[in-house]
Amino acid sequence: MDLLQASFSEIASAVKSKKISAVETTRFFTKRIEQFDSKLNSFITLDRTAETQAAAIDARIAKGEDPGPLAGVPWGIKDMFCTKGLRTTAASKILENFVPPYDATVVARLRSSGAVVLGKLNQDEFAMGSSNETSAFGVCRNPWNTKLVPGGSSGGSAAAQAARLCAGSTGTDTGGSIRQPASFCGIVGVKPTYGRISRYGIVAYASSLDQAGPMTNTVADAALALEVMSGRDGRDGTTSTLKVPAFAKDLNSQVKGLRVGVIREYMKTEGLHPDVLKTVQKALETLRTQGAEIVEVSVPLTEYSVPVYYLIAASEASSNLARYDGVKYGYRARFESLAELDLDEFYGRTRGEGFGKEVKRRIMLGTYCLSSGYYDAYYNKAGQVRRMLRDQFREAFAKCDVILSPVTTAPAFAIGDRISDPLAMYLNDIYTVSTNLAGLPGMSVPFGMSSDNGSGSLPIGVQLTAAHFAEQTMLNVGLALELASGLKGKVADVQR
Amino acid sequence: MSSKEILSKEEIAHIAKLARLKISDAEAIEYAGQLSKALGYFEQISKVNAGAIEPLVTPSDIENLWRADEAHKELSAEELVANAPQRTGQLFTVPPVV
Repeated sequence: MDLLQASFSEIASAVKSKKISAVETTRFFTKRIEQFDSKLNSFITLDRTAETQAAAIDARIAKGEDPGPLAGVPWGIKDMFCTKGLRTTAASKILENFVPPYDATVVARLRSSGAVVLGKLNQDEFAMGSSNETSAFGVCRNPWNTKLVPGGSSGGSAAAQAARLCAGSTGTDTGGSIRQPASFCGIVGVKPTYGRISRYGIVAYASSLDQAGPMTNTVADAALALEVMSGRDGRDGTTSTLKVPAFAKDLNSQVKGLRVGVIREYMKTEGLHPDVLKTVQKALETLRTQGAEIVEVSVPLTEYSVPVYYLIAASEASSNLARYDGVKYGYRARFESLAELDLDEFYGRTRGEGFGKEVKRRIMLGTYCLSSGYYDAYYNKAGQVRRMLRDQFREAFAKCDVILSPVTTAPAFAIGDRISDPLAMYLNDIYTVSTNLAGLPGMSVPFGMSSDNGSGSLPIGVQLTAAHFAEQTMLNVGLALELASGLKGKVADVQR
Repeated sequence: MSSKEILSKEEIAHIAKLARLKISDAEAIEYAGQLSKALGYFEQISKVNAGAIEPLVTPSDIENLWRADEAHKELSAEELVANAPQRTGQLFTVPPVV
């Protein structure tokens, strides 16, 4: 069994039948991290107990127990997820020494399925970014070309997964932060329907938009991970009581008779890189050849998705990040004495010093949009447009079963290219944010490679969006595309 | 406010105070430009005719969730103060609040 290519089921099966030990499996990946991560900077913190966790899995198997469907599978966890006893920073100085006393529900579910945690993955600070350049722990590099960004905010997850430094990884997606880096790094990334996966123990950025999801090398692995991670959680009141479908068992590539929607407003070709356009057209043709019907749908309000998203996300973030005040945990600024200290000075310096620039920008934007005199025109109005947008998507899904679109306008860009113009950076998310606004599930599947004009050939993913709670349809179409792509499970060569 | 108008020093100071962020003069100037550009960009949503539609605050359809009022043992006080920047026993040491 080649651990560079093995699926979750293959690993779990081999570990359970003692063909390979969980310890050996973990060592394979920790060695790869040692070998390659200095080039990528995809990990912020390594879990020194990884082999101990693996040994415990082997011990349970020796006793005749079944550790679960992910027995011995080593995972990287994005640093937005609380991991008990293991530093969790959200890539921010304000949490640089924070050690959670509990696991996020997602992490607990992975562990109780037999997964081993290798460490915490790099990201944009507080998940605010599309390039991993706002991390307080350094940029993360794209393994396909280390001068380029891996995408963001789940940049570390995408880079580590693409370089196969872990067998599976978790990401979070608030405006595209799983799908965009997955596309830039040539891996599968799934953002489920809002409410499918618990947000308990995940550092909150924008609570009505945030969702966790798997980032994997194949669609089959994503389907199994989704099943393990999903389900009602009493600790997150927004989770759905709907029974979790058997995503893995019911995964198939039958697309005959499916209606694949193309959003008319997304197919404007100016601004779209020719290789991205070609990749999307090839994907449509592939599905058409396999018996799917291509239909055009219209979602006119997508024209306003980016401003509506950033307005709402910044507003919610300004509220969520108010808790970082230096009182109970996290960074506290140095003061000579607390006794005479003005409280606002205490908060102001702690937060001013602890947060990075992009985070401060978004907090201020959100504060403005929620403030007296502006709340109606900004935050309320954005909420109204959001409801109308969701309704337009529901109408579109009456006409099609899944929507296919680009993930981004172009492949991965160079580190440093866009960071000085925040607005230009925001426009990266043009095809992904509407999914979060409407609460729909979306995924990115590797389908093409760009032509090599000096920077090497780069991955291009295509995006699938489904109706609420219809992840199975989306996964199945994803599998059909993966099988036709010739790229299934392709691992980036980090030697270059 | 159009994108041509830059947020004033007073407006930036007001927002920073509301957000409890102490920023330098140089930061204030930098953010004023960037924030003004972003706010100008947001203004296009005023073109949408939304009438009296109720804003969507969450995509979740769930309303009230009930559970029995039972106490459960969760985390200990010691675990919860373990990350305190400054502590006095199991109390968080803070500046005067009142």
